[in-house]
Amino acid sequence: MSTATTVLSPRLTGATTARVLRQLRHDHRTIAMMVLLPSLLLGLLYLLWKDVPSLPGQPSTFDRVGLTMLGIFPFVVMFLVTSIAMLRERTSGTLERLLTTPLSRLDLLLGYGAAFGLAAAAQAVVTVTVATTVYDLQIAGSVWLVVLIAVANAVLGVALGLLASAFARSEFQAVQFMPVIVLPQFFLCGLLVPREQMAGWLQAISDVLPLTYAVEALQEVGRSAAETGTMWTDVGIVAGAAVLALALAAATLRRRTS
Amino acid sequence: MTDAVTVTDLVVDRGHRRVIPGLSCAVPAGRVTGLLGPSGSGKTTLMRALVGVQQVRSGTVTVLGEPAGSPGLRSRVGYVTQAPSVYPDLTVRENARHFAALYGRGARAADDALEAVGLTDAAGQLVADLSGGQRGRASLACALVGEPELLVLDEPTVGLDPVLRVELWERFHALAVAGTTLVVSSHVMDEAGRCDRLLLLREGRLLADSTPAQLRADSGTDDLEESFLRLVRAQQQEVAA
Ligand SMILES: Nc1ncnc2c1ncn2[C@@H]1O[C@H](COP(=O)(O)OP(=O)(O)OP(=O)(O)O)[C@@H](O)[C@H]1O
Ligand SMILES: [Mg+2]
Repeated sequence: MSTATTVLSPRLTGATTARVLRQLRHDHRTIAMMVLLPSLLLGLLYLLWKDVPSLPGQPSTFDRVGLTMLGIFPFVVMFLVTSIAMLRERTSGTLERLLTTPLSRLDLLLGYGAAFGLAAAAQAVVTVTVATTVYDLQIAGSVWLVVLIAVANAVLGVALGLLASAFARSEFQAVQFMPVIVLPQFFLCGLLVPREQMAGWLQAISDVLPLTYAVEALQEVGRSAAETGTMWTDVGIVAGAAVLALALAAATLRRRTS
Repeated sequence: MTDAVTVTDLVVDRGHRRVIPGLSCAVPAGRVTGLLGPSGSGKTTLMRALVGVQQVRSGTVTVLGEPAGSPGLRSRVGYVTQAPSVYPDLTVRENARHFAALYGRGARAADDALEAVGLTDAAGQLVADLSGGQRGRASLACALVGEPELLVLDEPTVGLDPVLRVELWERFHALAVAGTTLVVSSHVMDEAGRCDRLLLLREGRLLADSTPAQLRADSGTDDLEESFLRLVRAQQQEVAA
């Protein structure tokens, strides 16, 4: 029986997703950290701002920052986890071997995206639940939209992690891509300084960074009970950026190496 | 006898060095062909070219009638890298099943492959917890599982005890009898004697394309190691002359 190799095979993508999740399942500590750490860190923020009064008519600082963090955690965590996982595939020879099998490069990358996207969904459900019940985080819109945005962010993190791993030759280098990719987006996303108050050129940079739209989408969900068009546009932009990054990652993943 | 692999004027550069300066050879179908040569002679590089993951400068590599690495070949060619390439954080069985799935096979095929390399009892163990030799066999099982027409095995018996080594070689021959073509690299001359055909490499050049019997006859010794050494010396004298 021969398996024709196509650009994309749902069966092989699924096999990859299952394999990555199985690897995760053997690593209890990583699972525990993935699921619980964001809730604990959010608790720290909650305690930090608990007794700081907020301006009347404005959302409390914790509501604003906490909600944004629900999008930033999955982005950062999945970026790191994926870039290390992919680098390991490269250095252990499993990548070379996978590339000799019927698995296509896109199957491999999408398989990773789906696996960590699912992990991010679990992470987001736990974090949102803890945030809204224990920390009393106020969200006007649906918490499911928050989960959806968290997953979109996670997939963006995965895609950028896969891309970044192509440029890292060691785990040391891979880890250092994290501040390079994450911090500028975090600084310019509108959380620290509202985007309207930024210098024009900084705002222009902020305009092309995908995390900006993820944060805007979360703030829309935070303040509006009804789904807004802006929110859906933002989610679309984040998803589009993830697809673009995956395509670039596929293009930089060479079957033949020297 | 037809050839499963033909290599014509292959030139490969790695880093800034020419590792294979122009190699032509063929691998007969349904036989075990040994790829022998000292460390650094280009065995792994040639194997990578056969499975289509090596960038080549020029020349052609044709495998089972198609250019090496073509999509159609990927379910027909199995490759075992020199360093075991299996997932340390999965069990042996999970590894075998994953590669089985990639080749479109089921759990049965995975179990059979583990049986073939004698790892049935260790199937539930994490690969990270295996001994070196066991890890190598797990890696081998992940290629056997696809029942490919061409198996490219880079030093598959390193670190194995004599009993296991003999068993694996018996399996290689059984596969060849059933029609599989095998290319097996080794530096162990005692394994060379078990091959149907031998390709001796040195510094990326083909020193001999022969059979164990022919090699012994040509060099006038029964010891293949000695034959190899004599060939090397003869070539060095040729170069010097
Ligand atoms: N990634 C690489 N970059 C640059 N040069 C390389 C690389 N890999 C191998 N080489 C060089 O290519 C030559 C052939 O290496 P190769 O791995 O094919 O040898 P080999 O015959 O398999 O050796 P061994 O028996 O030790 O496995 C060596 O001189 C080696 O230094
Ligand atoms: Mg080698």
